Amino acid sequence: MVAADVRLAAPRGRAGTRLEVRDVSHHFELEGKTLPVLDGVTLQAEPGELVALLGPSGCGKSTLLRLVAGLDRPRSGGLLVDGTPIDGPDPSRVVVFQDPTLYPWRTVYGNVALGLEARGLLRSQRARVDDALELVGLSGFDRAYPHQLSGGMAQRAALARALVNEPSLLILDEPLGKLDSLTRISMQTELVRLWRDAGFTALLVTHDVEEALFMANRVIVFSDRPARIKAEIVVDSAYPRHRDDPYLVDLRRRLLELLGCAP
Amino acid sequence: MTDTDVTTLAASTDVAGVEPRDRSAGSVWFGGIAAAAAWLIASLVTTSRPDVGDWSRTDEFAIALMATAAALAVAAIAARWIGPLAARLRTATPWLIVIPLAIAAWEAVTAKFPVLPQPFFPPPQALIEVYTDDWQRLGTSVLHSLRLLAIGYLLGATAGFLLGVSLGWSRAVGYWVHPVLRLIGPLPATAWLPLAFFAFPSSWSASIFLIALATGFPVTILTWSGVAGVSGAYYDVARTLGANGRFLVLKVAIPAALPHVFVGLFMGLGASFAVLVVAEMLGVKAGLGWYLQWAQGWASYGNMYAALLVMALMCSGLITLLFRVRDHLLAWQRGLVRW
Repeated sequence: MVAADVRLAAPRGRAGTRLEVRDVSHHFELEGKTLPVLDGVTLQAEPGELVALLGPSGCGKSTLLRLVAGLDRPRSGGLLVDGTPIDGPDPSRVVVFQDPTLYPWRTVYGNVALGLEARGLLRSQRARVDDALELVGLSGFDRAYPHQLSGGMAQRAALARALVNEPSLLILDEPLGKLDSLTRISMQTELVRLWRDAGFTALLVTHDVEEALFMANRVIVFSDRPARIKAEIVVDSAYPRHRDDPYLVDLRRRLLELLGCAP
Repeated sequence: MTDTDVTTLAASTDVAGVEPRDRSAGSVWFGGIAAAAAWLIASLVTTSRPDVGDWSRTDEFAIALMATAAALAVAAIAARWIGPLAARLRTATPWLIVIPLAIAAWEAVTAKFPVLPQPFFPPPQALIEVYTDDWQRLGTSVLHSLRLLAIGYLLGATAGFLLGVSLGWSRAVGYWVHPVLRLIGPLPATAWLPLAFFAFPSSWSASIFLIALATGFPVTILTWSGVAGVSGAYYDVARTLGANGRFLVLKVAIPAALPHVFVGLFMGLGASFAVLVVAEMLGVKAGLGWYLQWAQGWASYGNMYAALLVMALMCSGLITLLFRVRDHLLAWQRGLVRW
């Protein structure tokens, strides 16, 4: 009985994993020149934590995410999930990119079903697609094609495509960067709700200070390229948060100072 | 779900679903009366005076023109009761007037006044004569052509598609095939004709090879460029969701490349027509190309024009078929060219 109770009480989906990034450095070779992008980055995310990676555009945050996703290998250093080294992409670590990158030839349903289909689970677990669509508020749009969706809806569909895999680590690469400000604000609230309900660990890359403070447990500030960790700020505030909370406003000023943008 | 999202979707479906209403729908179709008059003129020109040559279907032709005029007149008056048909006829009004006038002019300068030299420019009733008296030979020729074309085209398109996908996917295939493709591909398939006719056991199999070759080249190149041009982000998405290589090819690369593939299939179809006709004229003893050659040999120019018209309809029909298949498979694309 006790076990059953615990399971009921646990959030839906897999529990979050622990991510460790140990002294990771990375560079690109461009026309014979070496372009360093990451310089000795060490960080960790505890299970169920939402960590924001904040830094100027093009500083190398997205490169770090590609390494965490397993899409690229670091030149030096190590990345571990629950103590196991990352050696390739895995559906337990799903990325939501800045562009929704929905497949235009598939309906919303077909796009969301992608992960289950790729792993041969679609036939037996069809209902999960409908659940994911409902979770992001896209029920009834399953037969629409991506070109019929607004930017916000497309990004919701991309989110559903990630969530349907019940990831233990959700990697968000400026997922709201291209949305209009009103849609962005409402999506931030929804993302926090989804994360708190599901209990996965989340990495959020953003260059929006307010977004980081509104959503994250911890904010890691990166320097300009090559990206080094400049500071780490714990956001000790309960959810749901209010954007005009004096504590957050104070943190916002400190973060802007760190980024060199304060007046 | 926000309200803006809903309205965006609703607006986009509206645009596709609503057809503009024709305000004139329902009343008498006055253009139809003009069209009926034009067909009547064509009929009167045909019966106006005896033919300068010996054509056996002049009367039947005149009656057919008259019947068309009558049918159009009835449709013009009854427009309000025949709904969708009337709407389609209305949009065709200019054509329905110009076609009979062109026929009347053609009739006048060939059968009634010897303006154009005979027998090189037969009148319309000479074509009617071919269709009524020689339809069996013409029909057999169409079937032969279609069989040859279908086998050659499907072989070439399949081979080109597979080759194009492997070129886009595999570096090793690219290394070996690309130079060969660059050398051989641009060569017109018809240049192989003399070689193919002695290298293959029959002119028929040689023609299959040539048609396949002509089709295969554009399909290969376009499929290849389609697969090579697929955005890396599409692969990233699939890989993070647990896709294997097979899934990446079948469910990402190929569907993403399909618009290009269809351009290749279209170009290949055009090239295959050219090779078909040449092959039939020079080697194969059947088909529309052979029929054209045969008619010219007997100086039966009526048969030649009749066969040309049938060939035009066949080729156009096949292109239409290809576009229908494309529209069905690429329904997700916006702004497709209508054929």
